[in-house]
Amino acid sequence: MKKTTFILMAIVSALFLLSWILKAGSLSGETDNYILQGFLVTFSAFLTLSVLSFLYADNPLYKFAEHLFVGVSAAFWMCMGFWTTIVQNLIPRLSDGLSKFFEQQPQPGDYNFFFFIPVILGIMLLMRLSPKGGWISRWPLAFIIGTTAGLNFVRYLRSDFIKQISNTFVPLLGTEWQGIGHFFSNLDLSASGQLVAIAANWVIFLGVFCGLIYFYFSKEHKGAFGAASKVGIWVLMLTFGASFGYTVMGRISLLVGRITFLFRDWLEIIS
Amino acid sequence: MKRQIPLMLVLVFGMFLIFQYFIPHETSEEVYEFLLDWITIIGIFAMALAIWSLFRVAVAKVRTRKENWGYSIFTLVGLFSMMIFGWTAPNGEGWGWYFVFVLSVLLSIGMLVQAMTVKSGRGLWAGLMLVFVIIAVLIGIFDNAWSFYFMSAEPLENPMFRSFFDFVLMPILATTFSLLAFFIASAAYRAFRARNLLATLLLVSALIVMLRFNPYLAPIFGDYMAKTSNWLMNVPNLAAQRAIVMGVGLGIVATALKVILGIERGYMGKG
Repeated sequence: MKKTTFILMAIVSALFLLSWILKAGSLSGETDNYILQGFLVTFSAFLTLSVLSFLYADNPLYKFAEHLFVGVSAAFWMCMGFWTTIVQNLIPRLSDGLSKFFEQQPQPGDYNFFFFIPVILGIMLLMRLSPKGGWISRWPLAFIIGTTAGLNFVRYLRSDFIKQISNTFVPLLGTEWQGIGHFFSNLDLSASGQLVAIAANWVIFLGVFCGLIYFYFSKEHKGAFGAASKVGIWVLMLTFGASFGYTVMGRISLLVGRITFLFRDWLEIIS
Repeated sequence: MKRQIPLMLVLVFGMFLIFQYFIPHETSEEVYEFLLDWITIIGIFAMALAIWSLFRVAVAKVRTRKENWGYSIFTLVGLFSMMIFGWTAPNGEGWGWYFVFVLSVLLSIGMLVQAMTVKSGRGLWAGLMLVFVIIAVLIGIFDNAWSFYFMSAEPLENPMFRSFFDFVLMPILATTFSLLAFFIASAAYRAFRARNLLATLLLVSALIVMLRFNPYLAPIFGDYMAKTSNWLMNVPNLAAQRAIVMGVGLGIVATALKVILGIERGYMGKG
């Protein structure tokens, strides 16, 4: 280890200890587990600052947080999967006796012989660890891939294609159209008015149409087709800008959350 | 047999799930529900496989002293700590010798890895490992403040399990995502120059969406900024997103079909 890294680690450790002591002290009147709570809040602040330190450069503190995250999240999801899927969902269906052994309340009709099949497939999947029997794991994998492909085929064809087309064909004159005379005599320019609603329907219809034309590369973008493609790219640019702004705002709100944690929960500077 | 049966399985289950959608019969829907449950159950076995793989990679990194091997120790610490928290829980308010037990288990795993790594002095590390294992076993047997749980889901209520989620996982995750705010801002500085119409559209729509909640602009623009932003998100953004989603949906459907028909076989690997 380099001397500078060693000194840095020593300073960070000393600051961590100091913060832990101070935090535990400030929590001593509020909770019984103030030492543990003080450690957790300090550790959380330390991890937040470690990740933020990446803004300067990749460094040992960031790498520490990154590696810790991998281990903790893997174990977290494993435990959640075990308790919620294996114990609560699978065991009651395998046998009533096993269900009682695992202290689960079996419901009538829970038991189903066919639930032994995913267990067998799961064990077959673990054969991947065997150097000679690794090919057996392809069977459960094929089951998962085939089922997921079949599911996705129908799901995306419905939701991303048919439903989208159906929702694009909106009434271009609005749902409350009662003739041109009525429209002009009751002209309403407000955001909830008929004019804005009609304009929105036109923008949606033409936007989708022109956007699709922009993505169609089998014909040269010239003439009317080129003009439509140009409108398509305008709509796309508006979308990219709006999506960008929306994402930035989402990230900023996360940052505000972390800064609030640092200044309110850790340092107690703001209330 | 090693490749043909998996291909058949993919075809059969893929086709079944496609046709199942068009058969609105009770049995067909029951089988559909079965298959969805099966995927989740097999997924847990796959997760166990993934955790074993993570453990092997981390240990191999430590053993071979690869670059940044030291951080893999923290991955292992995070992994095993969370696993212990996920299968144990305190019986009452106090913790007893719980944390000494956790530390002993972690140290015994560390000693085991060290014994596997070093070329000389293995006996010393193995002996130390044995000492920590004995300490952990003794605490496990005689400490009544906490218990192991393999049959009922009490560990999900273990305060340490929940605290590690709240004070380790969430801060790292939220801060990592919030880091993007800085990088996006720096990218925006370079990209957002109103050089032409398209760049101007991008800039204007992003600014409107970002500034809609700005309290300093409210007296000037009233709620027009929020209304324009909402219109941008709900109308042109919707239109372009729809065009993109249709393309993506068709891509997913085409890929699913390629997998079901056995044209795409990458998931089977070699051999």
